[in-house]
Formats: sequence, structure tokens, C-alpha cells
Amino acid sequence: MAIIIWIIQLILVPILSPLFLGVIRKIKAHFQNRVGASIFKPYRDLWKLFHKDEVISEDASWIFRFTPYLIFTITIVLGASIPLFSNLFSNNLLSDFLTVVYLVALSTFFLALAGIDVGSAFGGFGSSREMTLAALTEGGFIFSLLALSFLAHSTNLFSITKTISNFSLFDFMPIILVFISFMIVMLCETAHFPFDNPATHLELTMVHEAMILEYSGKRLALIEWAAANKFLIFLSLGANMFFPWGLTAQADIWSIVLALVVFSVKILILTTFVAILESSIAKFRFFRLPDLLFTAFVLSAMAILLIL
Amino acid sequence: MYKLYSKIFSTPKTVIPVNTLFGDENVEIIGKKLQKKIQKLFNGSLAIREIDTGSTNACEHELTALGNAYYDIERFGISFVASPRHADMLMVTGPVSRNMREALIKTYEATPDPKIIVAVGDDAIDGGIFRDSYAVLDGVDKVIPVDFKIPGDPPSPKTILCYLLKILEAIEEKNK
Amino acid sequence: MFNLISTQFSFFLALLLLAIGAIGSLIFAKKDWLANLWGNGLAILASVSGLVAAVKVLFFGESFTYVINSTLPNLSFSFMVDKLSAFFIFIISLIALLASIYGLSYVKHFYKKYNLGVLGFFYNIFLAGMLFVVSAHNGFFFLIVWEVMSLASYFLVIFENKEKNNIKAGSLYFIMTHVGTAFIMLAFLLLYKTIGSLDFNVIKENIGHMSLLSKNLVFIFSLIGFGIKAGIIPFHIWLPSAHPAAPTHVSALMSGVMIKTGIYMFIRLFVEILSGTELWWGVLILIIGIFSSLLGVLYALTEHDIKRLLAFHSIENIGIILLGVGSAMIFLSLNLKTMATLSLVAALFHTLNHATFKALLFMGAGSVISQTHTRNIEEYGGLIKFMPQTAFYFLIGSLAISALPPFNGFFSEWLTFQTIFNGIQISDIFIKSIFILAAGGLAFTGGLAAACFVKAFGATFLARPRNEKVLQTKESSFSMRFGMGVLAFTTLILGIFAGVVSKIILGVVNNLNGFQQISGIFSGQGKTFELSNGFAIVSTPMIFLILLVVLFLVYWIVKILTNKRKVKIGCTWDCGTKLEPRMEITATGFARSIIMIFKGVLKPSKKFEVEYQDADMRYFTKSRNIKLEIADIYQVYFYQPLYNLVISFSSYVKRIQNGILNAYVAYIFLILLILLLTFSF
Repeated sequence: MAIIIWIIQLILVPILSPLFLGVIRKIKAHFQNRVGASIFKPYRDLWKLFHKDEVISEDASWIFRFTPYLIFTITIVLGASIPLFSNLFSNNLLSDFLTVVYLVALSTFFLALAGIDVGSAFGGFGSSREMTLAALTEGGFIFSLLALSFLAHSTNLFSITKTISNFSLFDFMPIILVFISFMIVMLCETAHFPFDNPATHLELTMVHEAMILEYSGKRLALIEWAAANKFLIFLSLGANMFFPWGLTAQADIWSIVLALVVFSVKILILTTFVAILESSIAKFRFFRLPDLLFTAFVLSAMAILLIL
Repeated sequence: MYKLYSKIFSTPKTVIPVNTLFGDENVEIIGKKLQKKIQKLFNGSLAIREIDTGSTNACEHELTALGNAYYDIERFGISFVASPRHADMLMVTGPVSRNMREALIKTYEATPDPKIIVAVGDDAIDGGIFRDSYAVLDGVDKVIPVDFKIPGDPPSPKTILCYLLKILEAIEEKNK
Repeated sequence: MFNLISTQFSFFLALLLLAIGAIGSLIFAKKDWLANLWGNGLAILASVSGLVAAVKVLFFGESFTYVINSTLPNLSFSFMVDKLSAFFIFIISLIALLASIYGLSYVKHFYKKYNLGVLGFFYNIFLAGMLFVVSAHNGFFFLIVWEVMSLASYFLVIFENKEKNNIKAGSLYFIMTHVGTAFIMLAFLLLYKTIGSLDFNVIKENIGHMSLLSKNLVFIFSLIGFGIKAGIIPFHIWLPSAHPAAPTHVSALMSGVMIKTGIYMFIRLFVEILSGTELWWGVLILIIGIFSSLLGVLYALTEHDIKRLLAFHSIENIGIILLGVGSAMIFLSLNLKTMATLSLVAALFHTLNHATFKALLFMGAGSVISQTHTRNIEEYGGLIKFMPQTAFYFLIGSLAISALPPFNGFFSEWLTFQTIFNGIQISDIFIKSIFILAAGGLAFTGGLAAACFVKAFGATFLARPRNEKVLQTKESSFSMRFGMGVLAFTTLILGIFAGVVSKIILGVVNNLNGFQQISGIFSGQGKTFELSNGFAIVSTPMIFLILLVVLFLVYWIVKILTNKRKVKIGCTWDCGTKLEPRMEITATGFARSIIMIFKGVLKPSKKFEVEYQDADMRYFTKSRNIKLEIADIYQVYFYQPLYNLVISFSSYVKRIQNGILNAYVAYIFLILLILLLTFSF
């Protein structure tokens, strides 16, 4: 039974993720007084990209060809292993938070290598910036999830959700600090404001986009899909770790449907928050970003001291 | 922050609706019709890469205006992308100057199939006011094969938008 | 057959074979190929014998003790190979085996230039010295073999004596290692003075008789002494020059194994013999670990000499191992033996892992250097097309050292994290903050190490060649690829079967004095690895399997769906400009952002020099020189003042030797007077 839920989550994450990308763009368009593309446009983009040919540079090696598959695999495996809508079978195998952090680091490593592989100027400095930000984000990422695992006395993500859903309002002070820290980390890892502009055309301002300028066709589709999956994974971590009410613990069909609805509502609220944030502030200058990341680290460390 | 939000929420929407687009324009497509297969493919999502081969920048201004809150090209699923590898359609402006000839060819080869090439503006079609100059090769079709042409010096954003939609022939059929 | 060979026999056989190898290499020094084959071949045989001995002790528990008494007082050649020594013998033999296989082809480029007999001689003596060091059980004997090991490695460092930098590096190494030996001697002399014997067993039993002050002094002296060998900050200055200077298979051994002998003595002395008495000992080692790991990786980011980069990463990993040892000592002093056992398992596992992936990386670097004849990363580029297998093995080494699943580095960092998390849950606020700092340091180290290896691997192997020399490179020869391939496979196996290996290491720790009954800290052998207090579970084989299966699924589904799409090969898109090697990211440029962010620690500086065509007009420049430097704060703030102090003190004392004969006679008279007065009372 656990395998079935795991496979459902494996397929659910890639199916849902482009939708939330479309929602963000729609909300941003409304803030810019436009109508904007339909929320299903990312699906059409992916479909069209799978039907296009590819052009691969002659300088690219097997790493360039292999990376999109690996990154997509890692994101859907992660999506299957974190609590999305059900608390039913704590999937012990990959739900340790350190495993999650280091699998994300593995995908960033290969993406950065693929950026350098083609030998273009953009890919190189995109990789440099991405690895700088990834190196500094790991501290905040590990510490925010660590604070929660001290509360729950276990590093398993499912146990954390079970514990936090039993908390009274009074114990919430440190969790709010950790939430702010996790939000900062999420914005950095998923390449949104103020760390990176996902819609920019200026290569000098790109971080994540710069590394994928060389991809086309089906590999580009896989990488864009993987980025959308990563966004959904971080959003669900944020929603389910900090607001875990609504996760179903029973196996009958109606509670699963209800849990899915609650999950979508939570993710929509967080997506709206990110979209409003993107419309309100500007992208920070690159050398101001480490201050923000160290702030996230310090907030989580303070939360740990408060918890223990 | 509060002033920003109050300004956002108090500005009225000014997007021009679709049915007024074809009112007073006489839009005729010069070029072959798109294959049905490709039309279905690019209908919901078209990625455009814009190349300036030495133009007066007038066409670029008009193309940039396509993305503003008045014309809002994104609602038709059309967007501008940062790299020809991501693009389906190349919009070329300017008579091809000698220095940009090689760059144009490289961009053409860097775009994956299936692709559409559109020459925007009179300069791109046959050299326009720069025709027969020693510094330009008159028109894009002397360098790469062009599928569609949008005349005008420069064509207004409304014209460009009507031509694009006609090329995709989506909105006409949807609104019939 | 296996049962007939006793541990004692195989261990001494290994030593004998190494002795034959050493002497034989000297004899056959005239013929290059014979010296090479003899030296490396006998090292291979000796390593196999050493592996047999280690395996017998680790798996069958047949540890042995052997004593040869000598006529000199306090010196007895006493060996004791218990499980801890066997573990280190295993590491030494494994890496020596693969390094010697690698060396068979690698030293071919020393033919006719240097004396290969000398190389074989010192190489075998070096290996023998390391084997002696981890099995010696008498302080005097230990000092002798420690000195043998250091001298042998010194001669190996200056082997390529036509390069001036190597001689300088060798001198620095010589001085630093002897300063370390001096401190170790002080520590042992102090032990002798308070206990009366230099035999480790006797010291272990009578440790209670030592006063606290002498214990603290022994701790400080041996920390400095063994720390210099291990390369902790701030005693690391010899490491980045000495390790690159040696031939590559020796660098792999020095970096992967020799500095671990310092760790071996840390564990032997502090955890077993002195039983980690004081709290501040563990805290000090933990803080040293944090600084070594963070500063090591930051300095590695600034390097573009590939061997120096790897040497700094050794410093970083020693820091991580010290995090484990330090936590173990803190838990010991608080009498939390279960947690201390887990910390020691983490530290020992990371020792094993670091030996394998560091040797792998050094071998990869050596192959590249022997083909391109330069150590500068900025002159590489695009090597993956010329040396695909080497690139693949180097990639696996980079993945392992960046602690990425499913390789072995991930598991040992996971274990180290778990021990630090255990420490954070201790109620004392001071210890809690230190452990929180340690966790933060470890988190940042992992990320920065990954960034550094993206730089190293990317600039070396990917993109286009930056230099014409690259176009003439070929794939490395079979024995080099064999050595690297086996090590890469080992990292994967150690990563997947981490649970099994941890059980073996737990057995090693249980064998130590005072840890005998501690078991049940973790469970799960094959599939999962679970801590007994239910705090964490990880399953490295499942990570590997799941990723592999889903990867295949994704690949085949995409292939079926997009069967009709074509793939065209074109040029890299660089906005339509001409593609030149200068457009690629350089190693310096890659790391520049991080250096700027950490400029408080690294203190980068930029120096401009301009030369003009016409000195009056200053419009047209002839040449521009920009020098990017990192301040060497150890030199400026630590060693230079020390040096100045020593020199000024010596100059002051030198006044005694003023050359006047009458003064010397007066000195003799004065001393006689003092002695007569002293002995009459």
C-alpha cells in the first residue's frame, strides 16, 4: 500500500507543478495591470518543447546530455518522498531531511556542471553564481529543518508533520522564526525574487536561467519541468512542515480527496504570497544576497536555542 | 509599500480586447500558410527571439510595446525568450548590415526545428530606406530563408499583433 | 589456506617484503624499468599481505601482540595490532596497493631524469614506517619509526630535485615535522617522568597516578605534535607546499594516509589512554575542527593549482574528522559513552572514506598533470574529450568528496551530523552553542566543497581547451585507469553498504579500552541504517536503487515519446560572436564571488601595474599586470612574530660568544664555582 501512495505522489508532483507556475505568472500579470497568459500555458510550453528538435553544441559532453534526466529524476523522487497530502505511511526510506538537502545539492551540482560544459560565457558565470548561492543556502536549509526535527525528536519529515499538528498556539514562537528562515531559503533555491528573476532576458542578471540558455527541445522541457517540480516540492515542504493540518491519516477515498483539496489550497496561498512578493520588491544586487542568507541561518540558529 | 499597492489596485485595466483588433486593419499575409501540424503546435505557446541586424531601433520599440499592459501579447500565449535555442520564431529587424551577417546565420542555425522566420519592417523585407547602400545586404531573405513578412516603417504594435495572430490563425477561428 | 596464515605472519611478511623492495630498488637502480617494477611490485605484494592481516583482525578478531626485547633501557620493539591498528593498517594497505598499481605507469615519466632506485627505496621505507607507526606500542620505538616515516616522506617530497619549489617545500616540511616530533617527545618524556615507563600498556593501567596538570600538559604537547602531522590550522603551512611537490602516487599516500596517523594517535592517546578526562580538551579539538574545515575549504576555493587545491581539501576533511573526535571526547568527559561511540564511528568512517576519495582525486590529477605537464587549472579545459575515463573517475571522486548521495562521503557526513545533533541536545548552554556552531560549520563546509569541485572538475575537464597543450593529451595508461577505477568502485560500494561497514567500525571502537560493552547505538544491516533512539533513519542502498530505477524509467519514457525528434549538432550559442577559449569561465573567475563574500577571512588584494608606450603621454599602454593575492595571515600574524621572537632572543644570547678568550675562561671559572657551591650544600 505504501508503494501505491509513493507511486501516486511520484506522478502527482510533475502533473501539478506547471499549474502553480502558471498561477504565479497570472497573478504577477494582474499586478502589472495585464491579463497575462492562461494558467495552463506551462503545460502547452512543455508539450510544444517535447515536439521540437534539439540543437546540441559540439563542445558538449555526456554530462550535458545526461543532466536533464538526472535532475528530473531527483525532483520527482523527492516529490514522492515528502509529505504531500497523506501522513499515512511514513515513507522511511528517503524522508530524512538530510537526504532531501543533499539530493537537492546533487541536482544543483550537475546543473552547474552542465552550465560550464558548453563553454559559453553565460553558462560559466551562471554556474559560479548558482554554486555560490547554493553553498550559502545549505546552512539555512539544514538549520531550519533541524529546528523542526528537534521539536519532533526525529529527522523524518512525516514525524515532524505529525508532531507539529499537535502543537498548541503557545509553542509557536520559534516556529515562526524558522518559517521566515525557510521562506528565504525557498526563494533562493527556487530562483525567485529577490535572488533571481525567472523572467529576465538580461544575461548579466540571470542565475538559474543562464545555465540553461544552451538547452533546447526535450532536454529543455525536462529541465523546466524539474524547476517547476522543485518549486512545488519546496512549497509543499513549507506548507506541510509548518501548517500540517489537513494531512490525511486514513486510506479511504473521501479523506484523500479532501486532503488533496486542502493541499492545493495551502499551496495556492503560498504561491499567491510569492507572487505578491515578486511584484512588490526588486531583485537584490548579487553581493547583498549573502547577508540575507546568513540572516536565515542566524534566525534558525536562534530558533534552535529557543527550542532546546 | 502601501502607496505601491494602492496604485496597483486603483489603476483601471486598459488592455485592448481582441475583437477590436481587426477592425480597421487590412491584414494580408505575404508568405506561405503555416502547416496545420505546426499551427496546432505553436497555437498555445509561441516563443519569439528578436534579432536586430542593424536597424534604426524603431521596430524594436514597437516590438517592446507589445508586452505592455495595453497590447499584452502574453495573453495569446506568445512570449519573448532569451536564447534562440528556446525560440520557435525569429523576428528579424533591420537591413542586414555586413557585420551582422554572420551573427544572423549563427542565430538561424542555433534555433531548433520547426521554426518560423519573420522579417519585421520594410528594412528587413528589402532594405527599406537603406537599400543599395554599401554597408547592408538588402533584406533578410538574402541571408536566411524568410517565411513571413510584416511591412511598415515601423509597423505599429497593433499591426504586428494582427499579423502574428493571423499567422497563427487562432483567434479568428476561436471568435467565429 | 586462509586460516593457516596467522595475522602475525602476514603482518611481518608485509614488512619483510617492503624491506626487500627497498633494498632491491637500490640494487637495480641502474635499470629504470627494473627498479620501477621491483619497487612498486613488492609494495603491491606487501600491501596484499597487509590487507590479509588487517582483514583477519577485523573480521576474525585475531589481534596479536609481539615483543622483542632489546638491551637498551626502555626500548622494546613491541607491536600490538588490535582492531584500531588493524583498521588503519587496512586503510594504509588498500591505498598503498592502488597507489603502487598506479605508480607502475606513473613513474614512467621519471625514466632517465631521476633515479628510480632511490624512489623505490624511500617509497618502501615510507610504507614500512607507516605500518610500524600504527602498530608500535612502546613510546621510544614509536618515536624511532615516526622519525623514519617523516624522513622517508621528506626524501620523497624532494625527489624531483630539479625544481627549486620542491626543495623549499621539502625544507618547510622538514622543519615543521621535526618541531612536531619535538613536542611529541616532550609529551612522552612527561609521561615517562610521571609513570615511569614508556610502554603504552603500562601507561594505560597507571594513568590514574598522573596529576591533572601533567595530563593537561601531555594533552597540549601531543595536540601540537600530532596536530602538525595531521595538518590542523594553524599548523598546516607545510601541507599545501609539500603534498603537491611529491610524485602523485606519493601525494595520494601522504594526503590520504600519512596525515591519518596523526588522527590514529589522537584516538589512541586521548580517547583510550588518557580517557578524555577534561571537558575543555574535547571543546578545543571541536573548535579546531570547525576552523580547519571552514578555512581549509575557503583556501581551496582560492587555488588554481590543482594539487594545492586537493591538499587544502585534505585539511578540510581532517577538520571534519576532528569534529567527530572532539565530540567523542566531550561525550566521554560527560560520561555519555553511547554518544561517544557513535562519534568515534563517524570519525573513523570518515577517515576511511577520505583516504579512498582523496587518493582517487590525486590519481586523477596526476594523470592529467603527466599528460599536460602543468599543474595550473587555467591551462586545462576540454579534457573530457581526450581522457574520458579519467574524467569519469575524477567526477566520482568529486561527487564523493562533496558528500553527495549515494557515495560514501554522504554517509560519513550524515553520521557526523547525527553526532553533532546529539551534542546539541545536551542541556548545558555553552556546549550547546559550540555544537550549534559545529553544525553550522559542517553545513557550510559541505556546500563550499561542492562549489570548489564544480570549479575544479568544470575548469579542468569541461568546455573547450584553453591551451594547445591539451590537444596533444591522450587517455591514461591501463594501470593508472585500473587504480582509479577500483577506488571509484570502492567509494560507491562503501556508500551503498554503509550499514555493514558501520557495524565493522563499531566493532573496532568496542575493542578500545573502556568502550567494551557499548552496542545497540544503531541497527539495521542491509537496507536501512537507523539510530537506536529513533532520531534518524537513512537508507543508502535504496537511494541508489530508486534513483537508478526511476532514471531508467524517465529515460525510456522520454525516448519513446520523442522518438521522431532529431538532434542536430551545432556551435555553442554565445550571442553570435566568435567562440574563443577566453570566453569560458576560468577557475579564478568562478571562485571570485565567494572570495569577495568571505573577504574578511581571506583578505584578497589586487595590485595593478601599468607600463606605457610613451612615458610622457600615458595614453597608450604597453602592458598591464594585475596580481590577485590572498593574504597569508598565518605567516604574518603567527609565524613571523614567532620567528622574530626566536631570532631576537638568539641574537641577545649570542652576546655570550664574544670571541674574547678571557671571557671564556671566566665562564668556566664561574660555572665551577657554582657547581662547587651547589654540591657542597
